[in-house]
Amino acid sequence: MKFLVCISNVPDTTTKITFTPDNKELNKAGVQFVINPWDEYALTRAIELKEKLGGNVTVLNVGEADTEPNIRKALAIGADDAIRVNAKPTDAYFVAQQIAAAAKEGGYDIILMGKESIDYNGFQVHGMVGELLGIPTVAPAIKLDVEGSTATLEREIEGGKEIVEVATPFVVSCQEPMCEPRIPNMRGIMTARTKPLKVVEPTGEAPRTQVTEYALPPKKQGVKLIPAESAGDLIKLLRNEAKVI
Amino acid sequence: MSVLVVVECDNGEVKKSSLEVASYGSQVAQMLGTTATAVAVGEATEANLAALGEQGISKVLYDNDSRLKDFVNGAYTKLIAAAAQQESAQIIVLANSNIGAAVGSRLSVRLQASLATNVVELPKTDGGQFVVKRGAFSGKAFSDVILSGERKIIAVKKNSMEPLHNAGQTATVENFSAQLTDADFSDAPKQVIMQEQAGGILLPEADKVVSGGRGMKGPENWNLIEDLAKALGAATACSKPVSDVDWRPHHEHVGQTGITVSPNLYIACGISGAIQHLAGVNSSKVIVVINKDPEAPFFKAADYGIVGDVFDVLPKLTQAVKELN
Ligand SMILES: Cc1cc2nc3c(=O)[nH]c(=O)nc-3n(C[C@H](O)[C@H](O)[C@H](O)COP(=O)(O)OP(=O)(O)OC[C@H]3O[C@@H](n4cnc5c(N)ncnc54)[C@H](O)[C@@H]3O)c2cc1C
Repeated sequence: MKFLVCISNVPDTTTKITFTPDNKELNKAGVQFVINPWDEYALTRAIELKEKLGGNVTVLNVGEADTEPNIRKALAIGADDAIRVNAKPTDAYFVAQQIAAAAKEGGYDIILMGKESIDYNGFQVHGMVGELLGIPTVAPAIKLDVEGSTATLEREIEGGKEIVEVATPFVVSCQEPMCEPRIPNMRGIMTARTKPLKVVEPTGEAPRTQVTEYALPPKKQGVKLIPAESAGDLIKLLRNEAKVI
Repeated sequence: MSVLVVVECDNGEVKKSSLEVASYGSQVAQMLGTTATAVAVGEATEANLAALGEQGISKVLYDNDSRLKDFVNGAYTKLIAAAAQQESAQIIVLANSNIGAAVGSRLSVRLQASLATNVVELPKTDGGQFVVKRGAFSGKAFSDVILSGERKIIAVKKNSMEPLHNAGQTATVENFSAQLTDADFSDAPKQVIMQEQAGGILLPEADKVVSGGRGMKGPENWNLIEDLAKALGAATACSKPVSDVDWRPHHEHVGQTGITVSPNLYIACGISGAIQHLAGVNSSKVIVVINKDPEAPFFKAADYGIVGDVFDVLPKLTQAVKELN
């Protein structure tokens, strides 16, 4: 079975977000970039399934050369080879086209990705890739099992979950608690250096959206403390001052 | 030119987030000098669909094919695309929900539309450009985004729009069929399992949330959380370690790796306020923190706080809500 796992390169969760002086881009100075946490579920589950069923796991990232350390990390965790589409990931549609093109070329059975990236929070690449390839998408999934060419998935819906059965090929976006993400071990790190990483140029149409400005949310006024002895006063404040109850 | 609104229904009722979406869509229609039509998915009653007139909707299209009761990505996408074609919709508005995201992203490719998710405000259309504001960096920032092209799809973040209520206005409800075939149901669910919700309020839809962390000490103490939630009409939630040790079910866990919520009121009880937890709750309008440690990081993100023991404070709060009601 051939797995394609899409990973994005995002600022570490604990990063304090600031922007360039024109507010058009993230200020990358001093920011640590990591594999998008949701994508780690996709990567680990693909590796687990490969270990069980046999096959090959390819990781794909749309990004410039500075994302290669995280691609190598994915190889160290257990992917077999990697593709980097050499472009700035400008919007979800642009990224989806790159993934779809690679998927067509490689003939993958299952295309896995995280539910969304923690930087752009698009929550949309999965559906676009499915539609571009004319195959089903199951998003977001909390469980993925495969038998022969059929997969059984649990898909989260508001207030519950659906059990869905689809035939390969399909796209799945993954989320907790699908598996326990793995961290690379020493042997993985050593072998990752020699695994193939192919760099390809982007294809497709121009992006359809463009960020004109980033902004930080307005600063909080600061916390208003209510003494524990008169806790009930909080409820009055929530009604009369904050007007939320 | 028209605006099409996708309305999700469940058990006959229109979801609260869809009332917000309908209100958003009708206001966009008004800005553009046109009307807003809705297409309903899921199980709805005609009376509830007609009542969407209160949110400014003039017409509702509804296909009551029983196979559409539960979410089916393929069929929903085809149905909404057909409605968009029939209505020559230039703008499609849907909820930033698991259904909205799944369908909206497919539709954007099928209809060659630009797409913005997680949108928190009405669009700005000055200067000939169509710009929406959306949340980014897990609630740590916003971005203004130009949507280009003739067709645009907007997924509206929950609780970012106050639903309109023009009492007495009704929408006409029309039968609509997208001529769905068996192939459109190839990804139909084999089974749908609904969760038990404390007090019957769905966490992702809730406008008030009472949440407990490890400071609650054990599942046997959750009645304190539930009592306050019940008195307030709030949903219950928890931090990740709480669901990891099975004190509470996984679907109640909020944060970076759990559910993202943006209620009007979020009450955090015995939660430290780690950055991964904040990522899922920091766009709540009002945050209340109860923690016995005055140094807990959550106080920095809070609007109101009580430094105290949850076992002492929570019963007092519940009592005060009861007295108020
Ligand atoms: C990759 C990653 C992803 C993560 N994702 C999430 C996520 O999605 N959601 C999430 O919540 N966490 C997440 N975490 C975990 C997160 O970092 C914290 O560990 C977690 O949020 C802490 O939960 P807590 O506040 O309930 O527990 P603790 O950190 O143990 O805090 C308990 C708090 O309760 C207070 N307390 C104790 N007793 C009382 C009392 N009697 N009265 C009042 N206060 C009391 C304490 O002072 C303390 O502040 C993630 C971590 C990682 C590394």
